[in-house]
Amino acid sequence: MLKDITLGQYFPGDTPAHRLDPRTKILLVIFYIVALFCAKSVVTYGIMILTLLVCVQISKVKAGALFRGLKPVVFIIIFTAVLNLFFTPGNYLFQWGPLHISDAGVRMAVSMVLRIMLLITGTFLMTYTTSPIRLTDGLESLLNPLKRLHVPVHELAMMMSIALRFIPTLIEETDKIMSAQKARGADFESGNLFRKAKALIPILVPLFISAFRRADELAVAMECRCYHGGEGRTKLHVLKFATRDWVALVCGTAIMVGVIVLRQFGM
Amino acid sequence: MAAMIETKKLEYTYPSVEEDGKATVALRGVNLSIEAGSFVVVLGHNGSGKSTLAKTFNAVALPSGGSVYVEGMDTKDETLLLAIRQRVGMVFQNPDNQIVANVVEEDVAFAPENLGVPTEEIRRRVDEALDAVGMGEFVRHAPHLLSGGQKQRIAIAGVIAMEPKCIVLDEATAMLDPIGREEVLSTVHRLNREKGITVVLITHHMNEAEDADRVIVMDDGLVAMDGAPQAVFSHVEELRSMGLTVPDTVALAYELGLDGLNVPLTALGVEECADAVAAALSK
Repeated sequence: MLKDITLGQYFPGDTPAHRLDPRTKILLVIFYIVALFCAKSVVTYGIMILTLLVCVQISKVKAGALFRGLKPVVFIIIFTAVLNLFFTPGNYLFQWGPLHISDAGVRMAVSMVLRIMLLITGTFLMTYTTSPIRLTDGLESLLNPLKRLHVPVHELAMMMSIALRFIPTLIEETDKIMSAQKARGADFESGNLFRKAKALIPILVPLFISAFRRADELAVAMECRCYHGGEGRTKLHVLKFATRDWVALVCGTAIMVGVIVLRQFGM
Repeated sequence: MAAMIETKKLEYTYPSVEEDGKATVALRGVNLSIEAGSFVVVLGHNGSGKSTLAKTFNAVALPSGGSVYVEGMDTKDETLLLAIRQRVGMVFQNPDNQIVANVVEEDVAFAPENLGVPTEEIRRRVDEALDAVGMGEFVRHAPHLLSGGQKQRIAIAGVIAMEPKCIVLDEATAMLDPIGREEVLSTVHRLNREKGITVVLITHHMNEAEDADRVIVMDDGLVAMDGAPQAVFSHVEELRSMGLTVPDTVALAYELGLDGLNVPLTALGVEECADAVAAALSK
């Protein structure tokens, strides 16, 4: 059950999408999100869907994996759809007691659902094709200018990569604790939501204690390997922009600008 | 030979954590000199101060009395901190809690990255270190999918990448299965032989001390015995009174001796011991 977590999941591969610099991919995702929020017509949504399909094609990520990524947000999508469908004023197409569906409501619901789905698949496409370590490297490098404002960019990136590194370790640990508690007769499956939540306490307490102990040991081990902050640090893998990165960025910018211009013309 | 690590009247007291406010004294005046290139095993039961001693070797714990010198550098001098830690690498008990990155090569590169080594040089060191521990083919693996012994070898590679002169293993084999333990031990023995790296192995497994140049037994914050393994292990009674066992071979020879068969206590290896017993029987 715990193995289903898709957060930060990465599918190794060697497609152009995998080879892109992580900074390019982060920027492209930002461009995509901006464009997505500017889109409001059939034409512009069409462009957004087409862009995503092309990217999926290039990255060779399986459609099944993308849909699995949507699973945790199904509830939010349905909730948004229902709210928009029934509570948007406009010309009523259908009325039943206090419930009514308007033409504007249908349009809103469809566009909101599309927007959320595209947003999530677009972002997942980045995490699926970029290893977490490269992703944090990219973030660190992009946020570098903020160091002048005394934002601890290196420390934040370090925290992120350590957090990602420990996800499998902590999942394994949780499984172990759960088995140990089950062996002592703990029951995690039956009862209502409240009881189930309460049953989690004997898992969370040892998990937290061990996480703190791990953090302490890791800090000492890092110090023993001469860690002293980001100052004067070098890298095994230096990020480099290649031609394909510039091509991708130009395409991305063109699509974003195109969508914004189309919006200005009321499309 | 020159001293790699030297301690002078080394004392260490843990800040009081117990309710009665009594501080725990871990080391009470330890004088030691560890020669460069030697393989030293430090033995002792829990609470004998052996782990604390290890932590003072690379300034993770600073002495509360006396001093520790690494190649003549005082560990209390903060300006020498990185130089000291680069010379004396440390490997800990739990491999999971000392691996920083989620790709093997990134983890091994962590220390040279911290030291500001140029990129091409890091690449060379990472490949060399992984080859030295026999993990060359795992460059791009995820550490959490490896076995305990393999993880611990990655941790050793991560330390070797600093190009240290000394490696301290603080109960690094305690959490491993017998196969993993053997992997780690043969790796450090090879590093000691081939690269001349000084090894300080802290353990409570007596058998790991058999092939050492020197065995130091800690008891109650002091050095209780110090010498070649054969010399130390022949004091069976004293070791037992300190809550330590002796290697099975020595125990056998000792028990036979009590029953009247005179077998020398200096035969540590299984083969050696068998020969000694056979020789005693044929007499």
